Amino acid sequence: MADVLKPERPVGIVGYGAYIPRYRLPAREIARIWRGTQEAEVLPVDQKSVPGPDEDTITMAIEAAENALMRAGIAPEVIRAVWIGSESHPYAVKPSGTIVAQALGITPNVSTADFEFACKAGTEAMQAGFGFVGGRMADYVLTIAMDTAQGRPGDALEYTAAAGGAAFVIGPAEHSLALLEGAFSYVTDTPDFFRRAHQLYPEHGHRFTGEPAYFHHIVHAAQKLMEGLQRRPPDYAAVVFHQPNTKFPFKVAKMLGFREEQVRTGLLAPFIGNTYAGASPLGLTAVLDLARPGDRILVVSFGSGAGSDALSFQVTERIEERRTRAPLTQTYIQRAKSIDYATYAKWRNKIVMH
Amino acid sequence: MMGIPGNWRLRKQRYQLAGTRCRDCGTIHFPPRQVCPRCKNRHLSDFKLSGKGTVYSYTTIYQTTPKFQFFVPYVVALIDLEEGPRITAQLTDVDPEAVTIGMPVEMVLRKISEQGERGLIHYGYKFRPRLR
Ligand SMILES: [Zn+2]
Repeated sequence: MADVLKPERPVGIVGYGAYIPRYRLPAREIARIWRGTQEAEVLPVDQKSVPGPDEDTITMAIEAAENALMRAGIAPEVIRAVWIGSESHPYAVKPSGTIVAQALGITPNVSTADFEFACKAGTEAMQAGFGFVGGRMADYVLTIAMDTAQGRPGDALEYTAAAGGAAFVIGPAEHSLALLEGAFSYVTDTPDFFRRAHQLYPEHGHRFTGEPAYFHHIVHAAQKLMEGLQRRPPDYAAVVFHQPNTKFPFKVAKMLGFREEQVRTGLLAPFIGNTYAGASPLGLTAVLDLARPGDRILVVSFGSGAGSDALSFQVTERIEERRTRAPLTQTYIQRAKSIDYATYAKWRNKIVMH
Repeated sequence: MMGIPGNWRLRKQRYQLAGTRCRDCGTIHFPPRQVCPRCKNRHLSDFKLSGKGTVYSYTTIYQTTPKFQFFVPYVVALIDLEEGPRITAQLTDVDPEAVTIGMPVEMVLRKISEQGERGLIHYGYKFRPRLR
């Protein structure tokens, strides 16, 4: 069996921060436009978060990162790498990390890189950060998972494609609020979701995206990590899965032997939709906001067409003091203003001007 | 319109609210100065403002240049920063009817404008109702 991924030098999360934009588009408002309002209709989420007209992955990454740095309590200059995972980087060519690092006062003695594609890009950046610190290349790395996802108007993905994410300062275990126990990545070529160059919206495999994609990759990543660490579902206070809708995380939890209560704290999709690369990292911030020292947390991302990363953490006593240094994830969830479809269509550039 | 070099030179000021502080009289300036307007000397150090302040006055913009048309209606405010300087900035994440004089606000970095579909995206400070 393949070994658990773990650096020789113990590492963990030193600071974390969330960001969710202020605006919400109710799912029934999308249904009203594209298929008519029906009684007792089951929609995948209640509402989704929408970025304001002056927001993008870069501005949102900056605020989440400021929150993470406040919690970490370290000077920006000690960060030696800024890695951002997103499928909605504002530029096709020019790294988001350059602008984010400049705005945060981290430049110029820093490595920057953008991770791309599907909902796994955020945990990919975290994995790389754990390795960078674990290999003693540097003491602190800033990793950010952030998206402003777009679905084709009227498509099933439009109901859930949302905006938000989280940032983490990765550092040595002795300064961490949550220790990395180990990680496991599980990837196959399962093309349930992709977007070709110059296309505005992705293609997706509809029902194909369930069994062979979401459930297969998450179950295998989680099981292999737990086996390697000799842990069982009851060992975890909370588990956070990628959350493309409200239903899938509960279903995969049941398949793995987790109870619904273990899922609920980190399940934000009903209130904000699917924040893609931001989804499971943002769920982790909501869990950390309420975690107690000693708690174990399992995070399993999934990117359609990209695979899964599973991460196992144990919370330390440093959590208590640090979580109060920045806004809680619930503060951003509750800062919500509903907008109508027309406003959304304008802000998200869905209106073609002739 | 300001070109790429002009925007590049102003990035510290726009991204981080970087001003100056007079080492003689302690006055804090934003935008940054070469000479202290109070004691007329050049003993200035870089100073990063906290970005916290209150609304001194404001107006709602309905008609504007094509560059900002996408954002109307929006509020432009005079903001008294905690450290002293009074600056002009756009407000964001707030409905115009909800803005009041004395409202506590804080700096956030947002998109200011885009040079069309092919050009640079310009980022800079705006202010929103205080959250942090
Ligand atoms: Zn002076």
